[in-house]
Amino acid sequence: MTITIRSVEKKFGRYPALNKVDLEIADGELLALLGPSGSGKTTLLRTIAGLEFPDAGQVLFDGEDVTFASAAARRVGFVFQQYALFKHMTVAKNIAFGLDVRKGKDKPSKVEIARRVEDLLKLVELDGLGKRYPSQLSGGQRQRVALSRALAVQPSVLLLDEPFGALDATVRKSLRRELRRVHDATGVTTIFVTHDQEEALELADRVAILNKGEIEQIGTPDQVHDQPETAFVCGFVGEANCFEGQVSGGRFSAGPLGLPASGVREGSATAYVRPHDFVLDDGGFEVRVDRAHVQGALTTVNATAADGRHIEISASRAEATRFQGTVKIAARKAHVYAA
Amino acid sequence: MAAVSHRRAVDDPTWAKVLIVGVVMAFLALVLILPLAAVFVEALRKGLGPALDAVNNPDALAAVKLTLITAAIAVPFNAVFGLCAAWAIAKYEFRGKALLITLIDLPFSVSPVVAGLIYVLIFGLQGWFGEYLVDNDIKVIFAVPGIVLATVFVTFPFVARELIPLMQEQGTSEEEAAVSMGASGLYTFWRVTAPNVRWGLMYGVLLCNARAMGEFGAVSVVSGHIRGLTNTMPLHVEILYNEYDFVGAFAVAALLCLLAVVTLVLKTALEVGAPGMRGRGGH
Repeated sequence: MTITIRSVEKKFGRYPALNKVDLEIADGELLALLGPSGSGKTTLLRTIAGLEFPDAGQVLFDGEDVTFASAAARRVGFVFQQYALFKHMTVAKNIAFGLDVRKGKDKPSKVEIARRVEDLLKLVELDGLGKRYPSQLSGGQRQRVALSRALAVQPSVLLLDEPFGALDATVRKSLRRELRRVHDATGVTTIFVTHDQEEALELADRVAILNKGEIEQIGTPDQVHDQPETAFVCGFVGEANCFEGQVSGGRFSAGPLGLPASGVREGSATAYVRPHDFVLDDGGFEVRVDRAHVQGALTTVNATAADGRHIEISASRAEATRFQGTVKIAARKAHVYAA
Repeated sequence: MAAVSHRRAVDDPTWAKVLIVGVVMAFLALVLILPLAAVFVEALRKGLGPALDAVNNPDALAAVKLTLITAAIAVPFNAVFGLCAAWAIAKYEFRGKALLITLIDLPFSVSPVVAGLIYVLIFGLQGWFGEYLVDNDIKVIFAVPGIVLATVFVTFPFVARELIPLMQEQGTSEEEAAVSMGASGLYTFWRVTAPNVRWGLMYGVLLCNARAMGEFGAVSVVSGHIRGLTNTMPLHVEILYNEYDFVGAFAVAALLCLLAVVTLVLKTALEVGAPGMRGRGGH
């Protein structure tokens, strides 16, 4: 299912939640909507789902206008942030709900429904738990039930709102892989909302970054991380040292830091340098190492430049010993944006 | 010192616990248990026979019947209204929501006598609709409709008050989930919303019922105290008492108490049945 969003606008009172958003999601794609809270990402997801209707613009499913069609008519599978499982129904009944509500010849037979529930439980590795109630499951298990309930109706598109938000770090990681596996197994077009960039970058085919109701950039995880198009994306995706400075004559300078900045408008500007883009370089500027600590495969270095600004550097584990006292560093890559 | 280390920070010294529990018990005995016991003692002062006679008298039976009819109309009405109000308040955003919540509390804050007077003012002979009602031979005041109306007014917050916080806490995502899977509004209500609120609803209905049967002030104003016709049980108790028929008064009062006890037993059974309800405050 190809999904097209055409200049969708949505206001809550006077507060604009979505401001002329355009987005195209390819069939079978796994897309992340990433942004800080209040960026409009959940509103966009709910607009695609048919749980929210736009003030202007269009939502197309395979070229067909569904802007004001109900969620059920769109055949979306929606996974809610807090799962929204039916507390008084067993896991099996929860998963079967979307099939049980059907009428007439659309409704599968009891045997068929039971088999489908079994298949889905197996898909999310919960076989044998069909008779339990949601309150008897862990957070991760509930999330899997919510996922299989959404998949039971064989949705044209699977939508997930902060699917891992309420889970602890270990469960999050395994469920991420799980979602990827389920997506690859079913091939269903999937869109999920997250404020966790690590999650978006690890899981998604493409990431759309939202800020203040607008899409700042859409691209593969590598693209948004390595070639951020706006200052916001650069600051939001991945770690970055931020420098406020001036551009003149094609060079950016902020205190001891000088960077090439061809094509950037003269005047005040902001430069972002990823911690791993600072390298030891005898031709660079001097910093005092405050702390270098090894964490897994990496060394994280906190340093202070001559003018007092703090700089974070990320190096390999082996380099830990070289960051001692005063060292000279240079930025091998930077992103400079005119203010 | 091992014993000390097992104490929790919030534990009070033993003497304080004994004192607090003692004060509560003494208070309950004085203001609740003693009067309740007195009702039954007074009713049976001249033996079981006279007490049963007092209850088994046509006027008393008419009062019991009227009380049950009133509750049978007022309680379902308020259950439906309460559910609608709670639904509207918890699931929708609209102008005047705060006003609606305040209005629902009005019967709790207005004296029941005033509630009764309001209906006299509207439906009484000198009231707004007085002439129309007389012309069409419809009796509201000093008749059963007035008693039911007054009871509905006084008891309508119970179900709504019980359900609003419950429904607000549950939010709308379960309903959204159901609707997004193709469930109709009615199906969603019966299969998703109703099961989620059923214990709160029953609890509210019980409280509402207890009050509907026991209401005195508002009903007293609109009833007219016509024996055998517009006397409810609480009014009948008062009449008998004023006529110095103490055994009769206390016998009917004892019957009212028994109804209350049945309600309390049902309520406790509900709380045991629904673990989530335990420890939730009533009114």
